[in-house]
Amino acid sequence: MVELTIDGTKIRTVEGTTVLEAAGEMGIVIPTLCYYPGLSPYGACRVCMVEVVKNNRSSLEASCTLPVEQGQVILTNSERVRKARKLIVELLLASCPNSKTLQDMASNMGINKIRFKIKDRGCILCGLCVRYCKEQMQSGGIGFIGRGTSRKVSTAFDVTPEECRNCGGCEWICPVCERACTAGNLIDGLCGGCQNLAPVETCPICTGCSESVGMQGHKVY
Amino acid sequence: MKNECDVVEVIINKYGGNHDSVIAILQDIQSEYHYLPETALRVVAKNLELPLIQVYGVATFFKAFSLKPRGEHLIKLCVGTACHVRGAQPALDEVKRQLGIEAGETTEDMMFTLETVNCLGACALGPIMVVGEEYHGEMSPKKIKKILSDYKKATRSRRHDEIRVGT
Ligand code: SF4
Ligand code: SF4
Ligand code: FES
Ligand code: FES
Repeated sequence: MVELTIDGTKIRTVEGTTVLEAAGEMGIVIPTLCYYPGLSPYGACRVCMVEVVKNNRSSLEASCTLPVEQGQVILTNSERVRKARKLIVELLLASCPNSKTLQDMASNMGINKIRFKIKDRGCILCGLCVRYCKEQMQSGGIGFIGRGTSRKVSTAFDVTPEECRNCGGCEWICPVCERACTAGNLIDGLCGGCQNLAPVETCPICTGCSESVGMQGHKVY
Repeated sequence: MKNECDVVEVIINKYGGNHDSVIAILQDIQSEYHYLPETALRVVAKNLELPLIQVYGVATFFKAFSLKPRGEHLIKLCVGTACHVRGAQPALDEVKRQLGIEAGETTEDMMFTLETVNCLGACALGPIMVVGEEYHGEMSPKKIKKILSDYKKATRSRRHDEIRVGT
């Protein structure tokens, strides 16, 4: 067992858990994109960034791949973390403006403008589909090809692979194709229509009980 | 294609059919055929019991691998900063004119493939042109013409001999 502090609360957990899982046990929701229970952690999207404080210094680390350590001090919702996450979502949105998952996230984080040039690539390279296919379907029909700016998910030689079982899982798990944002026009690269129409409720008296929960996971009493 | 599979299988067996040696295997196949034929990749995947996409992923990741047939001689012309300053552009134009192809293309007779690179680490000798394994420094259009025609002559006469021996 190791003991660590997450957002000021001490928690004991078994060795080998990740900070993301440990926070989850406490009910702290950290936004994620490339993490999925049952699939190996990948650390590609960096949305799950947390601040690790050590001797008056702090560093930003992806919590989904960060193993818990004795005496670790973690901040999941500090100013620095929020700023970093916002920037990441902004960058991701610039490459996938039609992803509803991303648009929702942006709206939750209070992003109000995409400052980058929008270039729809239709994929954030989160690797969920690739890992799903390989680890859950034992198929391995799809994978990453190329590198750098031309890296993309593909099948070998662009033909339907023999291994594919037509499960449709790769599409289902994808944060970009699963639920496409259907808003006709984006303003400043943003939509967030559905989120904004249904504003997140807050308790009559907010005690700041779950500051780090973020609006998505906020429970109203 | 039977023949091709055999060659590939020999290469794979040389490395003991180990998963870690995918790159080494692909390198050997590439030096055999100057590119990676689709059949070869399929054989590699099957023999190593890897999904084809993994082998394909490796083959597309490295610039050294080509999935398109390449010429016998791979010409790498440096257009890095130092070589550029020392006149890589006229050199490149000359190579293109001599071979009648653009960068990234292969001549019809499968003799040359032209590629541009960014610095080969021999800037002082720029502009640099590498043909196969041979480095040629301080390239001027005139020198290029001479070098290329030498290669052409040598290759042609070799090919000619091969045909004669073959028949
Ligand atoms: S549909 Fe085919 S490629 Fe997609 S996850 Fe299923 S097996 Fe893999
Ligand atoms: S296709 Fe979708 S699931 Fe696959 S890597 Fe791209 S964004 Fe992720
Ligand atoms: S969820 Fe941790 S990096 Fe993507
Ligand atoms: S720039 Fe051509 S060798 Fe360095």
